[in-house]
Amino acid sequence: MARHRDTAGAPEGASRRTFLKVSSAAGGGMMISFTLPSLGEAAQTTPMGLNAYISIAPNNTVTIMAKNPECGQGIKTMLPMVIAEELDVDWKNVRAEMAANNPKAYGPQFAGGSMSTTMNYEPLRRVGAATRAMLVAAAAQQWKVPVADCITDAGVIRHKGSNRSLTYGAVAARAAALTPPDVKTVALKDPKDFKIIGKFQTGVDSAKVLRGEPIFGIDVTRPGMLYAVFEKCQVHGGKVKSANLDEVKQQKGVKHAFIVEGTDNLDGLNPGVAIVGDSWWLVNKARQKLKVEWDEGQFAKDSTAGFDAKALELSKAPADTVIRKKGDVDAAFGSAKHVVEAAYSYPFLAHAPLEPQNCTAHVQNGKVEIWAPTQNPQPGLVLTAKTLGVGEGDVTVHMIRCGGGFGRRLANDYMVEAAWISKQVNAPVKLVWNRADDYGHDQYRPGGYHYLKGGVDANGKLTAWNNRYVAFGKGGKFTSAGNLSQNEFPGLLVDNCLVDACLIPTGIPTGPMRAPGSNAHAFVYQSFLDELAHASGQDPLKFRLDILGEGRPIAETAGGGGPPGAGPPPAFHTGRMRGVLELVAEMSGWGKRALPKGTGMGIASYYSHLGYFAEVVEASVAADGAIKINKVWVAGDVGGQIINPNGADNQVVGGVLDGLSQALHPKITFANGRPQQTSFGQSGLLRMSEAPPVEVKFRLTDFPTTGLGEPALPPAIPALCNAIFAATGKRIRQLPIDKATLKTA
Amino acid sequence: MPYTIKVNGKDQTVDVDADTPLLWVLRDTLDMKGTKFGCGMAQCGACTVHIDGNAVRSCVTPIGSVGAKKVTTVEALSSSPVGQKVQKAWLDLDVMQCGYCQAGQMMSATALLTKTPKPTDSEIDAAMSGNLCRCATYNRIRAAIKTAAGETVRVAIAETVKGA
Repeated sequence: MARHRDTAGAPEGASRRTFLKVSSAAGGGMMISFTLPSLGEAAQTTPMGLNAYISIAPNNTVTIMAKNPECGQGIKTMLPMVIAEELDVDWKNVRAEMAANNPKAYGPQFAGGSMSTTMNYEPLRRVGAATRAMLVAAAAQQWKVPVADCITDAGVIRHKGSNRSLTYGAVAARAAALTPPDVKTVALKDPKDFKIIGKFQTGVDSAKVLRGEPIFGIDVTRPGMLYAVFEKCQVHGGKVKSANLDEVKQQKGVKHAFIVEGTDNLDGLNPGVAIVGDSWWLVNKARQKLKVEWDEGQFAKDSTAGFDAKALELSKAPADTVIRKKGDVDAAFGSAKHVVEAAYSYPFLAHAPLEPQNCTAHVQNGKVEIWAPTQNPQPGLVLTAKTLGVGEGDVTVHMIRCGGGFGRRLANDYMVEAAWISKQVNAPVKLVWNRADDYGHDQYRPGGYHYLKGGVDANGKLTAWNNRYVAFGKGGKFTSAGNLSQNEFPGLLVDNCLVDACLIPTGIPTGPMRAPGSNAHAFVYQSFLDELAHASGQDPLKFRLDILGEGRPIAETAGGGGPPGAGPPPAFHTGRMRGVLELVAEMSGWGKRALPKGTGMGIASYYSHLGYFAEVVEASVAADGAIKINKVWVAGDVGGQIINPNGADNQVVGGVLDGLSQALHPKITFANGRPQQTSFGQSGLLRMSEAPPVEVKFRLTDFPTTGLGEPALPPAIPALCNAIFAATGKRIRQLPIDKATLKTA
Repeated sequence: MPYTIKVNGKDQTVDVDADTPLLWVLRDTLDMKGTKFGCGMAQCGACTVHIDGNAVRSCVTPIGSVGAKKVTTVEALSSSPVGQKVQKAWLDLDVMQCGYCQAGQMMSATALLTKTPKPTDSEIDAAMSGNLCRCATYNRIRAAIKTAAGETVRVAIAETVKGA
């Protein structure tokens, strides 16, 4: 921990506004420093700032900053809850606000990898506790009594020896001038005394959303703002050769139409044609008159049919890269009693958040101001600064509520486009993509192919695991979100394992989508495990428990890379996975319920984003192949504390239904380098009538509390596919599920 | 050309082309941002408003077709008793995740409950099938509709059990 106090050139006293900055430092430590704002930031400003996270007004209203972007995962509620608990204030008196994008003050600020809880739960408790200690110290100082004689209760400090009390608001100014305590050793509450954490808390913005208040990115307006659309080549990165700009400029409402050359960074500003005018409807209509001649580049031949053929060819080719090699798989197959081979595949997918990509930007006098629904503001800021040729200090990014993220808004292509267009037209600009832009210019979840072979010996033990993974990439490097971990279960726990990969080069951009990698590999591995259990006449639950063996951490899975500031990941623990499997079996009556013909139950489990989830699906398949999902049971282990049961339930149920949606509906296929599905209607998404009840239990364990945005999703897909096998005897090896293959009449 | 439409009980005159969708008149001409753009093709329901009490997709409703009919948006949802119940149920159950689709969901639900005060599950499915929720809050939406209809609904929130 670094601590220093900057007292340069300013008088002491509470009239000066002094900021305590508490932020997570790289490696998970804490950094505290005092800084003095410029003297112009008037002392009479209220509320009195205590630190970057907390300000307390004289009337005892507490404002707490949420440091990370809100995209529906409930973080703007959850992070302030954690601070408020240790600060010991009444949640009713807390106003939660979105923090400024300021990684210097707040540490990493992003919504991704289910990392907000993992990275912030304990540090933010310490922020709250340290601030509470300062408020107590200020009151004790004013009363001239020992700190130990003072207690707090819902925003009030009481002196035990007398009847005196002071509100936090009354001592905030005095407290702000004190030296903060050592956050590493500041006393934290015993969780059994929690009043806010662990209780159902309604989302801090729910009421505003339900009244239709303009709080989403797409709702931003600025004085004198123009509206923009941006047409890009359907083949990613294609360059503009020519465009009928003169005709477009004559359309009603159009003020500007111009070609954007783009940059070499295909994840940044791509070539295209911008149309800017008085109303979004008019510029989008004018776009229908736009005719562009494109230089489509080298990937205009990419197609799903071509990928499928190439994958089959590469299934037998020498490996580009070896992912895991242990023991002797050939010898193990030779001595196995049951050997199963199967080929699995899944498609590219679009994220399709309901709020289309959009961004409002204003470039003037070399300064760039941006209002963006982004999951990842700082990299967007850096990209924008670099592309526009300004300093990073000249760019301000306001984090605005996102109408869904799912990983799509980790990329900031829309941000740099809006900034570029604003610079060209010298006015504030709101860029809004239409739905075809969103589907057509995604950074897609990559498709993939797995050619599997597994061996089970006479004792029912899984002895060999072999997978040729055919993915996308080049030169041994997987395309974004297309990799497969060497620690993937069950290969990790099998004596003889060979997992290798061949890569297909492509120009199609890919990127992380909710539970990246896991959302694909769970389907493949957990379905194939089910095949091996059935082939060897074993109960799929028992088969999994036997592979896991006794509860223990697997040392070789510890460490490795995580997001900056997150610290190394802990080891995979077989006991935690056993725990959720046994719990979900009990919840669902696994193996104990008689089911009608055409109805089956499937089980799957998966470890991702530090969370352990086991799920059971009960599904019925009709003679015409129609699938009805009757119920889903979910058991999860994300450590010792569920912070907001409301948000936690939403994330798990939403993740499960998102997984089921992926199994049943969407796909993006390509022809001539172009995506073939560019609307909800063409790609498909789960509807209300298809959503089954989902029953969730969390198994609390003595491990650090981790995140929930992602880990519930992956096992839902194979649990459904395994249920369909139990119901019909038909194995799903390709997504989305083709109902025609399930027809019996 | 100028059109006068009745929005949330108030006459509003706007000067736009006849083919301009009601959605964009509401959002950008009248600066009423509660009604949301999701697809522009009546495939997601985010833009749902009421026209004479019927749930319609404003993204494919040209302003020229509205005439003297009464337009109601989420901003005026609380002006009807059913709308109030819907909004309260949505908040009590805290239905939303990202929230982007919820204005449309509530408009569809309010139109349903106004005509069918005690809807069955299949009536709910039919009325709500045009409203997508990418966060998949469907189970809470169903529970909120039933709550607004006066049913006693047990909304199961995740429970915790102590592990070993």
